[in-house]
Amino acid sequence: MTAMLELLRYPFIVNALVTGSAVAVAAAASGYFMVCRRATFAGHALPNIGFAGAAGAVLLGIEPVYGLFAITVLAAVAIGLIGRDLRDRDVTVGVVMTFALGLGFLFLALYSGYAQRVYGILFGSILGISVQAARVTVAAAATSIAVLGILYRPLLFSTFDPELALARGVPVSLLSVLFLVVLAIISSLAVQVMGALLLFTLLVGPAATATRLVKTPLWAIMVSVALGLLYVWLGMAFAAVNGTIPVSFCIASLSFIVYLPVRLFVRSEGRRRRGNTTATGQLA
Amino acid sequence: MNLELLASDVFRNAMIAGTIAAAVTALVGYFVVLRAQAFAAESLLDVSFAGATGAALLGIAPILGAAVLGLGAALGIGALGEKARERSVEIGMVVSFALGLGIFFLSLYARGSASHANAGMAILFGSLLSVRPQDIMRLIGISAVVLGGFAGVFRPLLFATVDPEGARARGVPVRLLSTLFLLILALAAAAGALAVGILLAAALLIAPAAAAVRLSRRPASTLLLSLCLGIGITWGGILISFLRPWRHPPVGFSVSALAAAVYFIAVAASRRAYARRGKTIIIGDNAETAQWTFKRGTSRKGSTRLSRSSAKGGPSHAGP
Repeated sequence: MTAMLELLRYPFIVNALVTGSAVAVAAAASGYFMVCRRATFAGHALPNIGFAGAAGAVLLGIEPVYGLFAITVLAAVAIGLIGRDLRDRDVTVGVVMTFALGLGFLFLALYSGYAQRVYGILFGSILGISVQAARVTVAAAATSIAVLGILYRPLLFSTFDPELALARGVPVSLLSVLFLVVLAIISSLAVQVMGALLLFTLLVGPAATATRLVKTPLWAIMVSVALGLLYVWLGMAFAAVNGTIPVSFCIASLSFIVYLPVRLFVRSEGRRRRGNTTATGQLA
Repeated sequence: MNLELLASDVFRNAMIAGTIAAAVTALVGYFVVLRAQAFAAESLLDVSFAGATGAALLGIAPILGAAVLGLGAALGIGALGEKARERSVEIGMVVSFALGLGIFFLSLYARGSASHANAGMAILFGSLLSVRPQDIMRLIGISAVVLGGFAGVFRPLLFATVDPEGARARGVPVRLLSTLFLLILALAAAAGALAVGILLAAALLIAPAAAAVRLSRRPASTLLLSLCLGIGITWGGILISFLRPWRHPPVGFSVSALAAAVYFIAVAASRRAYARRGKTIIIGDNAETAQWTFKRGTSRKGSTRLSRSSAKGGPSHAGP
């Protein structure tokens, strides 16, 4: 315990903690909507698409964050507009994602000495975050949480009952695009923390567990955020104590270990009462 | 232009391995698209990533590790719920854990030396240019299993895909077929990963079949078209990477870029056809596919029932 407190004296640890927490909160909150909207594949694809942006920025010599923002927001709008049908959407997402990954690979192949750079972007480097990057991340995380708060009611309505929402004049497809844009912003922030491959863990892990445990949307989001913070803190603590295990692996294992028993034992509850009846019941 | 490169062993091995991998993934990809399992395919690839890196760490050929762990994950996903809607979250959890594991293995492995770090890149982004004869033998072995299984389940799987209720009513083991297909898919994913890497193999699994389904309707011609597109994309990608006078773009990039181009051209073409003829283009055209199955099959009963259901209109209409 004292060793842990000792660690807090290092500025890079504090930076990592603050950034990791901000990303965890934003990802867990939007992850709830992602899970309920069955947009898991899009959530998996957006950080990977961001890989191309980060790699391109590295090649051009600018901050990776800008490349990430540009390309993920663009992809989010494209996915939101193209894929109306679920089946169509998954295929489009898959094709766009692999294209972006290939593009990122090209950029990094053009940039000499690339292997370490690729690993940095793919796997994240939470302990190497600069103060400036930490500030940008926290600010953008706060913005995306605020946007989610503003969109909360209509987004919930259009998530659980799109037909009724459409009939009541809620701009369902606009909301869908907006949500993907929020997801894109969070993705581009978190790539530096978690890496493109594992950001998905923070999006899906806490939310998947929370939706099984709690049924009302607001509580599910709270539980999801709490779990997200817990995973990040514990994951970082483990990694700091051990020294060889990557932070992202600790976080992924934690979220899987917590999810597994919940998935196995809380099953009947979820079957009996569907989440959507309570949610629309509240809103209608 | 480096034409002499085309006569080299490297080029020949790359072409052989690429062709096999492209053929296998394009055929299996037909069902990935029809069954709307793009995300499942992606998740099996991510699991293969953990398998491949784990195998590299142990000093085994990555493709074997990828195949073994992929098969395990396919069984696990098959054992999960029936409904695709409920599955997406569970698949997501498996993906995130598998990626974490893969990253853990890779970080252990790549820490060793620079050549290990480059081997890790080959797992992620493909190693077509460093394919050795023994890799080709392994690839042929895996592909033979895939093609055998594919031919074995093709007809019942098509039935179960286009009309699960009807298939179940006729005693077709739909659940078993679904798991069998995932097993085949896992092996095909491992084959594709050898060619363009874990991260890009989804391009070969999804894009040729998705484009073919847009352009053609009957299963036989769609399969053939998917096969041709897949092989064409891979050959094109390899050729571009070899012939480019300017720095060699990686094969993974040229293959995934060509795949994306083919898919989006197919989407544009099918939408234009829609606009011109005023016809609805149905993705996968379930009703017609099913009827084709029945005309070729033993019974005619199902076809009337199916055409009635097609009159109602499936949920998969794709307008412009």
